[in-house]
Amino acid sequence: MSVSVCLLFPDLLGTYGDSGNATILAQRLLWRGFDSDVNVVRSGQAVPTSCDLYVVGGGEDLPQALAASQLGAGSDSSPLVKAVGAGAVVFAVCAGLQIIGRSFSGPGGAMTAGVGLLDCHTRTGRRRAVGELAVEPAPELGLPGLLSGYENHAGVTTLGPGASPLGTARSGVGNGDGTALDGARSGHVVGTYMHGPALARNPELADLLLSWVVGDLEPIDDREAYELRRRRLAVVSGGLRRRHLWSWAQR
Amino acid sequence: MILPARTRFAVRVGLAFAEISRRLQLGGGSVIGGRAIMAVDPEALKHLAADRSVVLVSGTNGKTTTTKLLAAALEGIPEVVTNIEGANLPMGLVAALAQGSPNARAVLEVDEAWLPKVIPSIHPRAVVLLNLTRDQLDRNNEVRTLAASWRSALAGNAAGVVVANVDDPLVVWGAGAADRTIWVAAGQPWTDDSGGCPSCAGRIEFQLGGWACGGCDFARPDPDVELDGATLRYSDGRAVAIDLALPGRANRANAAIAVVVAGALGGEPTDAACSMAQVAEIEGRYAGLEVGDARARLLLAKNPAGWLETFDVLEAPPCPVVVVINARLADGRDPSWLWDVPFERLRDREVVASGERAWDLAVRLRYAGVPHRVVEDPLVALDEAFHGVDFEVVANYTAFQAIRQKLGADVSRAT
Repeated sequence: MSVSVCLLFPDLLGTYGDSGNATILAQRLLWRGFDSDVNVVRSGQAVPTSCDLYVVGGGEDLPQALAASQLGAGSDSSPLVKAVGAGAVVFAVCAGLQIIGRSFSGPGGAMTAGVGLLDCHTRTGRRRAVGELAVEPAPELGLPGLLSGYENHAGVTTLGPGASPLGTARSGVGNGDGTALDGARSGHVVGTYMHGPALARNPELADLLLSWVVGDLEPIDDREAYELRRRRLAVVSGGLRRRHLWSWAQR
Repeated sequence: MILPARTRFAVRVGLAFAEISRRLQLGGGSVIGGRAIMAVDPEALKHLAADRSVVLVSGTNGKTTTTKLLAAALEGIPEVVTNIEGANLPMGLVAALAQGSPNARAVLEVDEAWLPKVIPSIHPRAVVLLNLTRDQLDRNNEVRTLAASWRSALAGNAAGVVVANVDDPLVVWGAGAADRTIWVAAGQPWTDDSGGCPSCAGRIEFQLGGWACGGCDFARPDPDVELDGATLRYSDGRAVAIDLALPGRANRANAAIAVVVAGALGGEPTDAACSMAQVAEIEGRYAGLEVGDARARLLLAKNPAGWLETFDVLEAPPCPVVVVINARLADGRDPSWLWDVPFERLRDREVVASGERAWDLAVRLRYAGVPHRVVEDPLVALDEAFHGVDFEVVANYTAFQAIRQKLGADVSRAT
């Protein structure tokens, strides 16, 4: 079986090594004996509707707006919506998450229509959230332990009733709307504020996305990724303890 | 030029602090010295720069090299002062200007985010803009915002003549509102940060030797000077050979721009190029290390654009490489950029991943299919990684400085 991974607009949405997620997904398939290729779609090129998995990265305000319009945001003919309708999986980080929501603050602060794959709205907050982000994944995802990533955004994202969070931020900010939630998901569309190569530290999340395309996967040697995640979570564990104490004190 | 009494006193205090810092071996003393000067006279930068010939050099990569090359070319009377150990924030600039006689000329590298803020105090004679690419993303989160802040700070006659790399659209945008510009085609292999037009948000198309926005009339200006291989060609027909002791394309580009600046300040470009040819080491970059029974060479690469140039400088495979990655404040706390580096190009070498973020690198190398192992302590990695085989060491900023500091004496001896 051959799996096509579509990397959307790395020239617009690739500020933080975001293309790494496509590299990771394709390589994890190759290691398991699947055929896999990364279909790189640059700004100005047509977005295919037939890929199995779409990866959307983060970027600055203007490129973000440009990417959204090329994904058919605000129109009823988005190639990404069509692909998802045909069963495609989407993984979007940071500005990518905002784009595939219903609306986000565009350049100059005006609300801009998103692609509408996720029921969420993003406005610009007063403070930028920068730093390590540790997320306890929603239990129904069946992911072990904590997810680890790095966030750098000013977006404040509020979920509507049609979206579930990826998880709960145990350290860091995440969606930043006062709920301590991070990300949004609906079916096989997943977004998070763990930006850039988020899947590098979270191989189980990568495999979850892949399993939606190819079914269950054999485990592979992820010891280096586990060690990396263990260390990044250790850095924030002081903060985690403080937050646990705080929630305990509030009971 | 006569300095205000307060500034003179501030400089004496600063020099004393710097001397103490050096004697206690806390470092070069320029930061603490600069801090002391500014504590006594907050306007010290303005006073020290007044009536002086100052050239500011900024950009993401190549600041230190270009500054040293230009300083070498301008050497003469009056003397030329420059940054101490690459300290390029305002305190470092103050410390640099406090050296030497009050009429000494200055060639100063300036952090790219600070450039717009120091221009009004310094009134430079020339500003050099090398390139603008992703680096320290937790601090400089939008390179396009930086380009816009350059543009307003350099508008009109604020910064003398602006010598700018015409192959980087963000640099051209930054320089574009200045009255006097000299456009140098110095090349810019990394284009992933300038795909979106800073003028209209359209898409910039890159073609061989040029670029233009598809949505508006923002396009590469005709260069006044062009680097063609190792020859610098002026549009009036003059040609200058760029023949350096330093390796690599990026250094030729840095030297080319420095030659143009020297020319713009009244020097003879050929003489300037000759002075630069002698420079063999820049603050420890390219320094040779004796490690046990092997030799190693120390290289600095701190972001994807820098790595792209570094691959071309590396000794041919299978020469092994120790890569040392930190993510401290000066490096940027977020090493996500490792995924923008085509490490696949190291597949036919043995690599040791080292530094405080060795595991981030290890995961990246695993997905790139590069044979590697992790030795977190860089000094242990240097000592034990490869026995009897010469190798390369590529480190990012604080990792590089740490290795230099710990092996400092050896570094300078070996070159």
